[in-house]
Amino acid sequence: MAVALILLVIALGSVVFHWLSPWWWTPIASNWHYIDTTLIITFWITGIAFVAVVGFLAWCVYRYRHRPGQKAHYEPENKRLELWLTAATALGVAAMLAPGLFVWSQFVTVPRDATEIEVVGRQWQWSYRLPGKDGRLGTSDVRLISDGNPLGLNPDDPAGHDDVVVENDDLHLPVGRPVKVLLRAVDVLHDFYVPEFRAKMDMIPGSVTYFWFTPIRTGRFEALCAELCGTGHPMMRGGVQVQTEAEYQAWLQGQQTFAQLAAR
Amino acid sequence: MGEAVHPANTAIPHDHAEEVELYHPHSWWTRYVFSQDAKVIGVQYSLTAIGIGLVALVLSWLMRLQLGFPGTFDFIDPPAYYQFITMHGMIMVVYLLTALFLGGFGNYLIPLMLGARDMVFPYVNMLSYWVYVLAVLVLVASFFAPGGPTGAGWTLYPPQAILSGTPGGQDWGIILMLLSLALFIIGFTMGGLNYVVTVLQARTRGMTLMRMPLTIWGIFTATVMALLAFPALFVGAVMMLLDRLLGTSFFMPSLVEMGQQLKYGGGSPILFQHLFWFFGHPEVYIVALPAFGIVSDLIATHARRNIFGYRMMVWAIVAIGALSFVVWAHHMYVSGMNPYFGFFFATTTLIIAIPTAIKVYNWLLTLWRGDIHLNVPMLFALGFIVTFVNGGLTGLFLGNVVVDVPLSDTMFVVAHFHMVMGVAPIMVIYGGIYHWYPKITGRMLDETMGKIHFWVTFLGAYLIFFPMHYLGLLGVPRRYHDIGQAAFVPDSAHTLNAFISVVALVVGAAQMLFLFNLAWSLRRGRQAGPNPWGATTLEWQTPETPPGHGNFGPELPVVHRWAYDYSVPGAARDFIPQNEPDPAGRAA
Amino acid sequence: MIVTLAVFAGLAAVAAWWLVQQGLAEKPWLGTQPAAELVAPGTPRLPTAKIGLGIFLAVAGLLLSLIVSSYVMRMEMADWRPLPRPALLWANTGVLVLSSLALHWAVRAARRGDRAGVQDGMVMGGLTALLFLAGQFLAWRQLSAAGYRPATGPADAFFYLITAVHGLHLLGGLVALGRAGVKLARGAPMHVLRLSVELCATYWHFLLLAWLCLFAVLAYAPSVTAFLALCIAPFR
Repeated sequence: MAVALILLVIALGSVVFHWLSPWWWTPIASNWHYIDTTLIITFWITGIAFVAVVGFLAWCVYRYRHRPGQKAHYEPENKRLELWLTAATALGVAAMLAPGLFVWSQFVTVPRDATEIEVVGRQWQWSYRLPGKDGRLGTSDVRLISDGNPLGLNPDDPAGHDDVVVENDDLHLPVGRPVKVLLRAVDVLHDFYVPEFRAKMDMIPGSVTYFWFTPIRTGRFEALCAELCGTGHPMMRGGVQVQTEAEYQAWLQGQQTFAQLAAR
Repeated sequence: MGEAVHPANTAIPHDHAEEVELYHPHSWWTRYVFSQDAKVIGVQYSLTAIGIGLVALVLSWLMRLQLGFPGTFDFIDPPAYYQFITMHGMIMVVYLLTALFLGGFGNYLIPLMLGARDMVFPYVNMLSYWVYVLAVLVLVASFFAPGGPTGAGWTLYPPQAILSGTPGGQDWGIILMLLSLALFIIGFTMGGLNYVVTVLQARTRGMTLMRMPLTIWGIFTATVMALLAFPALFVGAVMMLLDRLLGTSFFMPSLVEMGQQLKYGGGSPILFQHLFWFFGHPEVYIVALPAFGIVSDLIATHARRNIFGYRMMVWAIVAIGALSFVVWAHHMYVSGMNPYFGFFFATTTLIIAIPTAIKVYNWLLTLWRGDIHLNVPMLFALGFIVTFVNGGLTGLFLGNVVVDVPLSDTMFVVAHFHMVMGVAPIMVIYGGIYHWYPKITGRMLDETMGKIHFWVTFLGAYLIFFPMHYLGLLGVPRRYHDIGQAAFVPDSAHTLNAFISVVALVVGAAQMLFLFNLAWSLRRGRQAGPNPWGATTLEWQTPETPPGHGNFGPELPVVHRWAYDYSVPGAARDFIPQNEPDPAGRAA
Repeated sequence: MIVTLAVFAGLAAVAAWWLVQQGLAEKPWLGTQPAAELVAPGTPRLPTAKIGLGIFLAVAGLLLSLIVSSYVMRMEMADWRPLPRPALLWANTGVLVLSSLALHWAVRAARRGDRAGVQDGMVMGGLTALLFLAGQFLAWRQLSAAGYRPATGPADAFFYLITAVHGLHLLGGLVALGRAGVKLARGAPMHVLRLSVELCATYWHFLLLAWLCLFAVLAYAPSVTAFLALCIAPFR
């Protein structure tokens, strides 16, 4: 009796906790509403399944608990019942998978007009690179990294000369314009993670990974590292400032290009 | 099969059953220490696994102290914290869960449940245990090596695992870790060959595959999977060891560490991740399938009801085992691998939910219309169902590639895998120990202590891990020594962390009660008798309790029925042992 | 991971084929089964040791396929620089074939009950295997003298790893062969000896097959990949 009651409390208590929880996702600041929607669909389906299963369990424990004279029913299987349950499960799974794959296809399809920017991770700080007037990022190589060239840009590539290198500052982005974030690491794995953007991706030394998003509201958002990168992992903080076009351009004017840095 | 036909219930000529030549111990040493008896080896495996598991438990306390009360404990600095999480994870997953389910339960139960005298290669079986001990010792040695154990996280991702920014990366830690893993795998392969070949070759007369208890199905399938999955970890460990020691570049690209150009070049870090998860995902099911099997038998026995849909249960075990080899990259959705893989792996991952769900339904339907005895093993089985369903459902979040993107590498993942492959299998381990302890020792574990142990563990674990999901939803990353100040983390999240830590200490303390019960009941427990639960399977039908050397006395049992004849209509008792001959004309 | 998955699919097919024969669809709870099934289904048709070896070979095969998979995955990256193949490897391959043949000879002798023949075959097989290992070691020396060391580059590292893993397996086989030799010297009965020799021979054939595959991958895979890349290039 008590066991059944406790099981029921677990089922219902979990739901109550879900609704009353003060801990919920951060207000979204990118175009990935769809990810949140898929998450909500998943919460509904799995929540119903959880309450149904644990509720049924509680009822069974109450109804079929051992009492004098109680005898179990001998029934090896019930094909029809099992088929129905399988079908219902398959349906529930499909209802989660289909929107998931749909949104994923958007996630991996970068819009043509997205601006390419670069985030570089190293133990334990972030650096950024924005394309200059030509709108293109120059090539780079880890082996070219030196004190004067912290990101390892290729000095022989003209496309890189006007690239804006941002160190010891936030990443600045204009609101409403899609960006393709190219991710590079120079030492170990890192992961550029801004909870409000929802999207994230690991950066791997030796290759360039990416994700894309469109910032939809202005403000400053904290960036963290989400892939264990050594003892300084929790201290690897950065920031992203999403600004109006005018503010962004004003900020951009004050930045130095790779050519200017190299000339120093 | 069936080359020869015998009329039912007549004597079967002796030359048909292969009598194994048993090794007979001559001294105390060969009987209890260097024993070749699978039962002794099973107990040895279990005790060693529990021993090293206690270390992991203490490490989890230390981690929770740091997370709940950051800044209070000076000795838990970031390097120490990362060493604690790494060792905690590695010990729990490999050295405790895998060793206990396959080495412990597998060794004890396979020969007994199949009606065999012992494993088919007893000497190799003994070696397997001692190599495992050696692996554990090497692991423990890393705590005392210069620089301490590795702090690379249990996934040991390169390049960070062998660089100086990680504890143990340029010291002994990572070397000993990789050596220990390689030893573990060698030892396991010896044991695993034994378990598989024993199931194939040493079943007693009448024990068809479809009459095997689900425990054996679970352990058997998991062992086959482990034999095929562990080589991937072995290859990864050897290659990383060479990278670290010989300066090869299997996993190491050109990189600049703290402003220094390193000599490495041309390696691929993501290659390690593929190898690791080709092992790592099956590993989840290597732990889960024996748990599925054991819990099925616990539920059937203690609900006095045949397991519902036995055939579906078997097929589901086999299907899950096979499918689990084509889902590995769902651990790598945000690893930077080719993003188009996401479509394939999300689909396979969610498909695997279907056979898993079938198993859950069949456990519920076994309880339904049963005669549920709420003794301690049954309570743990109920606890397993709740935690496993919870953890399984949150797996649907993480398996669905796009939902995984915001949640990966957050506390949501930590909560999920602790619920599904931490708490849930451990519930089954406890249930199994309470269930089989009477067979192993001849005495019952104390019921009151058992119930206290269950409720504290079950409710406590749920209180720890259920709210933790919401920290992850909020965005709190995992593997943070200290979340510190972050604008999106409210103060209440720190309060929750402190709460979780307090509960974790209490739950940990409750395990001491269990250990006390194990020791106390050894002398003072109630005498159990041969079959205290009224179970049908062969291990309860041995002439002696605890079973003697050779398990079954002069004659091996002959199996006449499946393992689930509980509450058969018209039968005298509410169970019929598997070796009881079939009276003619039983109602089908 | 394609190579590994292919090997895995092969193993899964064998497992499925075996499972299908085990009557997985029968309803075990139905009344008395035909009396025939009271005969142990596990009545061994193959010696237990052979089944054990078979499963071990499946594990070893998967292990090697994982290394090959890693090799192929790495090779597909742009900066792959293969290393030269010493001609010695061809000679070593020939020696390993001889070794396998010698053990095959020993098995045939054991089946005839010819002890002297078994001895000849085993000695020949053991010596040629040792010669193969010496040859492989010499190939390492040649390469490292020419400046191709494990730390030189990924292709070099893989070459040393693959040959070392294969060589260690053969070394393990030599231990087993040595034990069989001890049995022979102590005058073990023929059926015991025959089983030992058969197990060794099976293992040798497996290692020969594995070496042929590994050698083909080491020697030819770079050119195959280059060739494929050339074919695809116009359509890019």
